[in-house]
Amino acid sequence: MGAKLVDFAGWDMPIHYGSQIEEHHAVRSEAGMFDVSHMTVVDLIGGQTRAFLRHLLANDVDKLQQRGKALYSCMLNADGGVIDDLIVYFLDETWFRLVVNSATRDKDLAWIEQQAQAFAVEVIEQPGLAMIAVQGPAARDKVLPLLEARARDAAAALKLFHGLEIEDWLVARTGYTGEDGFEIILPESEAEAFWQALAASGVRPCGLGARDTLRLEAGMNLYGTDMDETVSPLACGLAWTVSWEPAERDFIGRAALEREREAGVAWRFVGLLLEDKGVLRNHQRVLVEGAGEGEITSGSFSPTLGRSIALARIPAISAVDHCHVEVRGKLLKARLVKPPFVRHGKVQIELD
Amino acid sequence: MSETPDDLKYSKSHEWLRGNADGTVTLGITDHAQAQLGDLVFVEVPEAGRELEAKDACAVVESVKAASDVYTPIAGTVVEGNESLGDTPEAVNNDAYGEGWLLRLKPADASALDSLMTASEYQAFVESE
Repeated sequence: MGAKLVDFAGWDMPIHYGSQIEEHHAVRSEAGMFDVSHMTVVDLIGGQTRAFLRHLLANDVDKLQQRGKALYSCMLNADGGVIDDLIVYFLDETWFRLVVNSATRDKDLAWIEQQAQAFAVEVIEQPGLAMIAVQGPAARDKVLPLLEARARDAAAALKLFHGLEIEDWLVARTGYTGEDGFEIILPESEAEAFWQALAASGVRPCGLGARDTLRLEAGMNLYGTDMDETVSPLACGLAWTVSWEPAERDFIGRAALEREREAGVAWRFVGLLLEDKGVLRNHQRVLVEGAGEGEITSGSFSPTLGRSIALARIPAISAVDHCHVEVRGKLLKARLVKPPFVRHGKVQIELD
Repeated sequence: MSETPDDLKYSKSHEWLRGNADGTVTLGITDHAQAQLGDLVFVEVPEAGRELEAKDACAVVESVKAASDVYTPIAGTVVEGNESLGDTPEAVNNDAYGEGWLLRLKPADASALDSLMTASEYQAFVESE
């Protein structure tokens, strides 16, 4: 398909299939698809799975009461640092499914298995499953005719962040682009035919490059750049994923997060819109007058805005609406904005 | 396969150079280089009058993914930068040897171009990389 491949966590991954920017626009205006089979699927089986996940995750799986419902959460260490961010699906009272990052696969599995020892839970990785994300305003209309006829109505009726099992497929209305669409987990042996069928119906193959600019515009964090084990969810814009209530739920990292919250979080996580010409990049220094220095955690060019945008960590005391970023030896002016930058094809911030 | 016009000279850092009739030299990045970089979104060109030594960074091309320096293989004085790329960086992708030129310079040594690679030498170099 003309893909330009790069090595990503040991997988040969397409960075783009020709033009990263055209792929980006295809997802915002029509439909694009991503082969995200590198993501690690882990099934948790057993009578104590819910209790285990209520201990393992900072978000509370008790929010999941309807079969198929999904939840985004951080998995923390005892210091409140983010080991990984993940999606958990409630499939059955004895079966929850996690989708975790591939770059963190080994440490995630080791951590989950270690923590699961105190519970009647079996941890089963599913390397035989592939995953295809179909995203964009026309994505669902492109996918539905390709599903088994008897499952079509149920898939069409899926609410946001809900999934549906269709035999050994899991079709979920989730994504990482800020657009509507599905993420489909399916047996590896059926993935190529499904991909080709999607391509034949006009869904554009998209690479990791477009996936990154789409998620950045949508204000979604990327593990390893926006947060890692040294950063708590409170310092990277993910406080909304921490479920404090009920107070007696003892999740890993809770005590550390409570201490941090009490002492005051040192960082504020913000969006930046570059007002000068140039491109913001990861790790550039952010200078905030009267408050000190921060850092860009994800910076790129936004194809939708035609401007450069970023996610950045700045000192919490920053009471400003502008800052400067050191870009290749020059100080460029940027405006603080509240992510998302783009959602459902529409610009969400003031451009000028 | 990328284009490499026969009437140009080439450097190992993937710049092309054209000797103009007025004695100036036009410099840009090759078709191969733009294809490797992907969609360009920002280009910074030098101001007229800047003195460049051989191997100096003389421009910056930024794709969605990364920023890359462009080097001049020969010394000289910048006559003009292609300022229109500020609004149309994609011209480097679409027309690397035409509208996508980066700068024009007056070489310190008029014979400096002679030591650079020909089109066929550059093609062989790209294949060996």
